[in-house]
Amino acid sequence: MRYNALKILKEGLTGNKGWTPVWREPDPKPEYDIVIVGGGGHGLATAYYLSNKFGMTNIAVVEKGWIGSGNVGRNTTLIRANYLLEGNQPFYELSLKLWEGLEQDFNYNAMVSQRGILNLYHSDAQRDAYARRGNAMHLTGSGGALLDEVQIREKCPYLDFDNARFPIKGALWQPRGGTVRHDAVAWGFARGADQKGVDILQNCEVTGFQIENGVCRGVETSRGAIRARKVAVCVAGSSGRVMSLAGMRLPIESHVLQAFVSEGLKPILPSVITFGAGHFYVSQSDKGGLVFGGDIDGYNTYAQRGNLPVVEDVCEGGMAILPMIGRARLLRMWGGVMDMSMDGSPFIDRTHIDGLYFNGGWCYGGFKATPASGFCYAHLLSKDAPHPVATRLRLDRFRRGAPIDEKGAGPQPNLH
Amino acid sequence: MIINHPLLGPRDAAEFVYLGDASLIERPDGFGENAEDAMYDYVYLRDNPAGQHRELWYHEQGDRSWLVVTRNTLTHEITAIELARDVARSKGRSR
Repeated sequence: MRYNALKILKEGLTGNKGWTPVWREPDPKPEYDIVIVGGGGHGLATAYYLSNKFGMTNIAVVEKGWIGSGNVGRNTTLIRANYLLEGNQPFYELSLKLWEGLEQDFNYNAMVSQRGILNLYHSDAQRDAYARRGNAMHLTGSGGALLDEVQIREKCPYLDFDNARFPIKGALWQPRGGTVRHDAVAWGFARGADQKGVDILQNCEVTGFQIENGVCRGVETSRGAIRARKVAVCVAGSSGRVMSLAGMRLPIESHVLQAFVSEGLKPILPSVITFGAGHFYVSQSDKGGLVFGGDIDGYNTYAQRGNLPVVEDVCEGGMAILPMIGRARLLRMWGGVMDMSMDGSPFIDRTHIDGLYFNGGWCYGGFKATPASGFCYAHLLSKDAPHPVATRLRLDRFRRGAPIDEKGAGPQPNLH
Repeated sequence: MIINHPLLGPRDAAEFVYLGDASLIERPDGFGENAEDAMYDYVYLRDNPAGQHRELWYHEQGDRSWLVVTRNTLTHEITAIELARDVARSKGRSR
């Protein structure tokens, strides 16, 4: 069923009785061309692009819980393409382009809102670093401008410009950045893939891989064995757990990132705002809640909850630029498990086991990458060659001495 | 989280800096056979288990001792705490 204005009008007048389920709930077939492990944003995007752009439809997505129950429903919904390094920035620019056309493409309202992202700076050195980053952004046509204090005062007069420790001196502004309704991204991709015949198998946990003579021939699941010509793992957050079933160790640690929502407020934030002197970012949802977050907790964990010292740190960051939020009450807070990689950058690659592919290591930047991750993974799976913008996102890059380390923090996952 | 320091008693985890898997104590010989492979495994690859995890914590805002903490990564429950020095010595290191 295609959604359009006429259909909404008709259903509105006839009691909304004509809507059908958005995707089927099929039973697993014994064999597929490709089995995608993980029904999150990236897995569903991969299935969507494989079936809609690369002409492959004999595909299953297997998901342990229900689709979208992991990080695609837990993130702070930001999209942007403001990276510095060559291995990353062209990839995120492709992602931003795909976001811009996504809703028309999959005929689903994902509430893509390009309200802009404002990265504040607080010192001369930081201004120079942002000028350099802005230049890198222009090299990929991603746009962006360096704003001074006067221009920001016009946009957001309530910021604490004269903070004694971290006065606001300006910002790097990317007007194409913004927010997206994250659950709708999972649902839209699922619907688009399902319409092309992709089987979405929920409550179907992978318990092992069928590896014969160094070739992966399928997966064992809680709903029986499924054979496949290719198995594509896409389970960021649980990558260590799942790939250990194939006997692989990864350059990844699992860490928890917390996120927060305040009570609903009148519209106050016109764009996404990030603090330059600590780790704090905030946007306002369409319901009015301030959605914000900061650093990861910093220790290995698979628990989807964090501890209080980070809550305090994040709120202090918020108070440093937006003193007015001290009056707002916190409505909810939660945690999601991140694949923190050794250089802060992700992987889209085949493994040393034939027929087994790996997508993960998204650190806490996976949501904005969702469409490009799916597109590049689909490219790799269908053509057995990496997409041109993902050629550096390889598993062996540390061995080759070619990490993509935006922060220059070295092989210490909790510092990225 | 509270870390029950073997010398100082219960301390807030916020006083500590986290390094990672306790296997980092066992640095391979940089001149040994297969040194390149061994060093790659040591620096970059991790077991990253869901469950019991032995890990290194540094008491930076305290007595600056290194601890080996055994903690469950699913529940955050801490079941054992040793001085990293004792662990290293038990593996035949001089300190």
